Amino acid sequence: MSFLRIQNISHTYFTKKSAKTALSSISLDIEEGSFISFLGPSGCGKTTLLSIISGLLNPSSGQVLVEGRPIQEAEEPLIGYMLQQDYLFPWKTIEENILLGLRILNKSNEISRKKTFRLLKEIGLEGTENQYPKQLSGGMKQRVALVRTLAADPKLLLLDEPFSALDFQTKLRLEDLVSATLKSFGKTAILVTHDIGEAIAMSDTICLFSSNPGQIYKQISVPEQLRNLTPFEARAHPEYASLFQTVWKELENLEK
Amino acid sequence: MKSKSTHIEQLHKQYIESLIREKRIVRTYQLFIFAFFFSVWELSSRLEWVDPLIFSSPSKIIELLLTKIQDGSIFTHIGYTVFETILGFILGTLSGTLLAAILWWSPLVSKVLDPYLVILNAMPKVALGPILIVALGPGFTSIIAMGAIISVIITTIVVYTSFREVDPNYMKVLQTFGASRFVCFKEAILPACFPTIISTLKVNVGLSWVGVIVGEFLVSQQGLGYLIIYGFQVFNFSLVLMSLLIIAVFATIMYQLVEYLERKMIKSSNQ
Repeated sequence: MSFLRIQNISHTYFTKKSAKTALSSISLDIEEGSFISFLGPSGCGKTTLLSIISGLLNPSSGQVLVEGRPIQEAEEPLIGYMLQQDYLFPWKTIEENILLGLRILNKSNEISRKKTFRLLKEIGLEGTENQYPKQLSGGMKQRVALVRTLAADPKLLLLDEPFSALDFQTKLRLEDLVSATLKSFGKTAILVTHDIGEAIAMSDTICLFSSNPGQIYKQISVPEQLRNLTPFEARAHPEYASLFQTVWKELENLEK
Repeated sequence: MKSKSTHIEQLHKQYIESLIREKRIVRTYQLFIFAFFFSVWELSSRLEWVDPLIFSSPSKIIELLLTKIQDGSIFTHIGYTVFETILGFILGTLSGTLLAAILWWSPLVSKVLDPYLVILNAMPKVALGPILIVALGPGFTSIIAMGAIISVIITTIVVYTSFREVDPNYMKVLQTFGASRFVCFKEAILPACFPTIISTLKVNVGLSWVGVIVGEFLVSQQGLGYLIIYGFQVFNFSLVLMSLLIIAVFATIMYQLVEYLERKMIKSSNQ
């Protein structure tokens, strides 16, 4: 059985004047340890689907099962969420920020704290513990946010365009870092993006979304050769260019 | 290279000097206005350009102040008023923030109470004075209540608005860790709004002085507001003006203290 099963999810937003269907009958199975990208035009309900998977939003119909159980029934949070911006708390030090999840989950002990600090060191930010987020650059802050997310040891990572607010070089470097970190911990991840290249370079499977209402239009499997490369190397591979063309054409078709 | 750096140093020195010069000019004018105002007041009172009975004069006020200091009575009055004001404005700010927290906690309550808040905010709170005195007794309690009630509604409205303006993504971060609404409030909403709460303190200091002085007008046997109303009744305007000047000094001191607090708090959150 799949690690994550999305079963027939539909969601409609209501306002006084209208009822807008953001998602319509979405079903998807995701295996443990895989990396999926949701790619599509803005307003196709990608972020809505992510909120539903995380359990923060209840869908109008359908359900999400993690390891065969509804997400809300999980005893401990299985989900880690990374947003477009770092959303580090500016009045807390880096140390307080990365230990926040553990503290809220009541899992803060000597071992988990040590693990978190080791993570901070692995990600190249040793020595920033007593600094405030303002003192760090955008890329460093997003890395701290990654540590904060991973510290709670989630089984599933939801990445909502986490690289979109960064400059190009930082973005490429962070893609490599996130990809390597997730692989080494064997985490399952879903990335929402509108960057075709990022989707190809990072994921195993790409789900193309069409909008109005949001639906999975097509699933594209990324070839084995690209999966085993780091995102930066993948971008230089000949397969990357041809896949880019394929995805580009599919997206063009979508807009017609 | 070296000559260039000395040149920059020289320019920097000139810049600092110009800053000092400007500051000196500002201070001189400020002092001049101060001296001018009081000497014209003194002069016009002595030469009876204005009625000295009504407008008194700086020298008479100082004389009065010195006798009041010698017999020690002025300190009791200052003590009473300052104590009432501090208590009033702390109570007002705390209960306003608490009310705002309740409104934030329950969107239904906030919707229900919305028109009442608007009415209470629009109503002049000092008009409640007589009712407070009847309800709480003519004394301390009702004066402090006046100082508090005058700032509580506006604090509620301002702080509640800032609670709602906190970026919801901070709560999203906490909710993915399974945080309850209380934890979200404690970890994200309240600390994010500390600067707003501090700046309402600044407004509330001024408001509480109004509440307390009006309260003392109405009932008190002590305090600077009482001195003003007493001076007015016995037609001793030196006493009225002296109390007014003391109020100005102490209100300024309190305001500066809150501003100092604000600078410290914001510095610690902005590091």
